Amino acid sequence: MLKQIEGSQAVAEAIALCRPEVICAYPITPQTHIVENLSELVRLGEIGNCQYINVESEFAALSVAIGASAAGARAYTATSSQGLLFMTEAVYNAAGLGLPIVMTIGNRAIGAPINIWNDHSDSMALRDAGWIQLHAETNQDAVDLHIQAFRLAEQLSVPVMVCEDGFILTHAYERVDIPDKQQVDAFLPPFEPVQVLDPAAPVTMGAMVGPEAFAEVRYLAHHKHLQAVEVIPQLSAEFADIFGRDTGGLIQPYRSEDAETVIVALGSVNGTIKDVIDEMRDDGISVGAVKIVAFRPFPMLALRSALENAKRVIVVEKAFADGLGGILVGSVRMALRGLTTPIYTIIAGLGGRPITKVSLHRAFGEAVADEIDDPHFLDLDWAIIDHELARAKEKRRSGPIAENILRDLGLVGGKPV
Amino acid sequence: MLFQVRIHGRGGQGVVSAAEMLSVAAFLEGDHAQAFPSFGSERMGAPVVAFCRIDTKEIRSREPVMMPDALIVQDPTLLHQVELFSGLDTRGYLLINTARSYADLGLGDYVTKFPPHHLCTVAATEWALEFVGRPLPNAALLGAFAAVTHRLKLESVQAAIREKFPGEVGEKNAAAAAKAYDTIRTN
Repeated sequence: MLKQIEGSQAVAEAIALCRPEVICAYPITPQTHIVENLSELVRLGEIGNCQYINVESEFAALSVAIGASAAGARAYTATSSQGLLFMTEAVYNAAGLGLPIVMTIGNRAIGAPINIWNDHSDSMALRDAGWIQLHAETNQDAVDLHIQAFRLAEQLSVPVMVCEDGFILTHAYERVDIPDKQQVDAFLPPFEPVQVLDPAAPVTMGAMVGPEAFAEVRYLAHHKHLQAVEVIPQLSAEFADIFGRDTGGLIQPYRSEDAETVIVALGSVNGTIKDVIDEMRDDGISVGAVKIVAFRPFPMLALRSALENAKRVIVVEKAFADGLGGILVGSVRMALRGLTTPIYTIIAGLGGRPITKVSLHRAFGEAVADEIDDPHFLDLDWAIIDHELARAKEKRRSGPIAENILRDLGLVGGKPV
Repeated sequence: MLFQVRIHGRGGQGVVSAAEMLSVAAFLEGDHAQAFPSFGSERMGAPVVAFCRIDTKEIRSREPVMMPDALIVQDPTLLHQVELFSGLDTRGYLLINTARSYADLGLGDYVTKFPPHHLCTVAATEWALEFVGRPLPNAALLGAFAAVTHRLKLESVQAAIREKFPGEVGEKNAAAAAKAYDTIRTN
């Protein structure tokens, strides 16, 4: 049914259709509306047999989800930013134990400095914790990927994060087709765990494993992700058959087949990028895009075949490694290893800075002319940076950087020290 | 044809809800619409901006609305902000919640560049107090938006208001929207 609703409401309705048996909730902006809406759906009896558990922290949220999943329940939680970091140990445990938990990440920057707005620092920090990570471009994607996430998780016994950009998607009202219960039931069978805690048939889950077998256990986790590379496109195709919508599987190209320059990105910025590509195509510039849906497992072969004919590749990403550059670009380079294709990185949208078409148009133009710095920080205010560097050089006790800059910008009172 | 709206107000005035209701009204008319906030840390009284895009085709861009076709100002105490009118073309629409005139607000010169029928001052807070009993100007401003821009029907705006605020509150706000709409259309 077509609805004009907030992204968080749409995701909550999608989760409800997946019939979770345990929902662990702890609020953190910008994810909170999702679990709030779910609490209402549980209260109204829309989900049937479902325990909604208010926990005391994010660490508890995922720990309770782990316990629930180990007992054979379909378990769900959601978090953002510091909340994801706070549950880090449990994040690794869920994957290591092979528990098919689905977790929404309302992507948000990580402090310090504290910032509630969107970038990808949070899910990137835990990119190698053993979870599958799927990225939504739109709220329709978010709905459709969550439904696929449960099926994928349970088929492979691996937890899945569905990442959606905080505020940009979670708080956006747009048109979303909410599927019917019958459609979801046809796609997603009841959870049949491969392992279950049962007093009648006791097992140990999470046994200590020493050097004699640890590598083998870890290799099997790697193997599972390689399987996911095969399974994700199959599930996406099956989803398209039932629901009539193609989420792309691992990647989704846009006007990239004949393109000399191909732009690669995760998440909602792909929409803005498509608009810019259309503008540049109208100007006769040969550009296209490839959206990465599955960041983990990384679609090595699919991406290589989508990019191997490009003359250059531009990676737009909302997170970076200090002193190194992009994070996504590292995986893109791995996919293209052995080729000499120039690859540029544009770091954009940090801490919620708007990514505008004008700025992308300019930066893509510079990259197409092979005249861009790499990595390129989009719309960086160099005057502010130079001023702060000069201040720090002038005297040792130059004060906290964040506050100094806010004062320079006139956003807090008083003059910088 | 893409139509972009930017709404300025203060936390607690229903700025974000207004953008959301606009998008719902457009959706009810079969259009694509996208509404989203430019959140600061949410606090009562802090400046808030929200956006709405309406189009006949899918809206893909996620950038803030920088070149609005219509600007709605829910709180005239924001008028001193330099950025308030940023990107508003003189072919655009300007709606301000005030019982005063543009001249009284010190905008007499600024608005001479606009077509007169694109300009509208709305005593939305007064009407909200009269119809709703609380100083929440967004419903009346949405009624005024429908009247001035002809981009949406009053009935769609009222349906969106009732969807957002079911029951008596919605009815009262729908009445405030109708009052604004009728006042402008009969002038």
